[in-house]
Amino acid sequence: MSEPQKFDPATATPFLTSRGHPGWLGMRYSQHGDDWVELELPWREDLLGEEGQHVLASGPILSLMDMASGLAIWKAMDKFEAIATLDLRVDYVRPAREGAAVFGRSQCYRITRSAAFVRGLAHDGDADDPVAHIQAVFMKIGGGPKRELPNG
Amino acid sequence: MADNPDIGVLTPYARSLGIELAEWEDGIPVMQVAFVEAVEGRPEHYHGGATGGLLETAGYAALRAELAKRERAAVLKPINITVQYLSAGKSQASFAKGRVTKLGRRSANLTVEAWQDDRSRPIATAVMNVLMGEPEG
Repeated sequence: MSEPQKFDPATATPFLTSRGHPGWLGMRYSQHGDDWVELELPWREDLLGEEGQHVLASGPILSLMDMASGLAIWKAMDKFEAIATLDLRVDYVRPAREGAAVFGRSQCYRITRSAAFVRGLAHDGDADDPVAHIQAVFMKIGGGPKRELPNG
Repeated sequence: MADNPDIGVLTPYARSLGIELAEWEDGIPVMQVAFVEAVEGRPEHYHGGATGGLLETAGYAALRAELAKRERAAVLKPINITVQYLSAGKSQASFAKGRVTKLGRRSANLTVEAWQDDRSRPIATAVMNVLMGEPEG
């Protein structure tokens, strides 16, 4: 038996957000627990939604929560394994404040052999006053014997 | 085309992500995004968030087109979205088109599909509820 591979969201996040869509959004690690991870999406003028309103678009929150959910699942499994989002629901309960960074916190509350279930929230500074709530299911891909991704 | 109003479908977020109007189809805009680094998740595949952003943009575009047709002005605010990911988005252009399933006085229900080379096999679908507020001023 080799040493179990530990997954550390604090060191994995900079790697995972260095390029591609997460890199474009500029997501950053914020904090984590045993089965949850929080990421930060810094305020950016070019991520606004409707013209004339200084409100963050809803799309970036979807991306933030998708990413935080993936990390929460890897943290809960304590390893990096290929997963794919099956479905993701976001309830936007209020607009984020202008100029505020948005934090996405997701918790993996159940993992089965093939699926992982998460719930979470997005807030702009006070987690007791969220801007959005989310629920999602991810599928492990590859099935069977676990496949490790490089640089996991 | 004279029938198709200029509805300003692209938010700063959508423009920044590289989403564009592909064409009008039956009075509804079809949106597209090229496969560029800004949409990439795991190598050579779309990030779920980028696919979701395309679906949302196409949903809003379909609603704006419908409102413009009825000469209704409204400030659109998201209530919720549920995205179903059906298959991995590969390294090629993606398209999305929405449908206004129900247009109420205060809210609208939209269904959206995204596809790549084979339209009969969508890569993702979404259901959205949007609040339509009174225009300010």
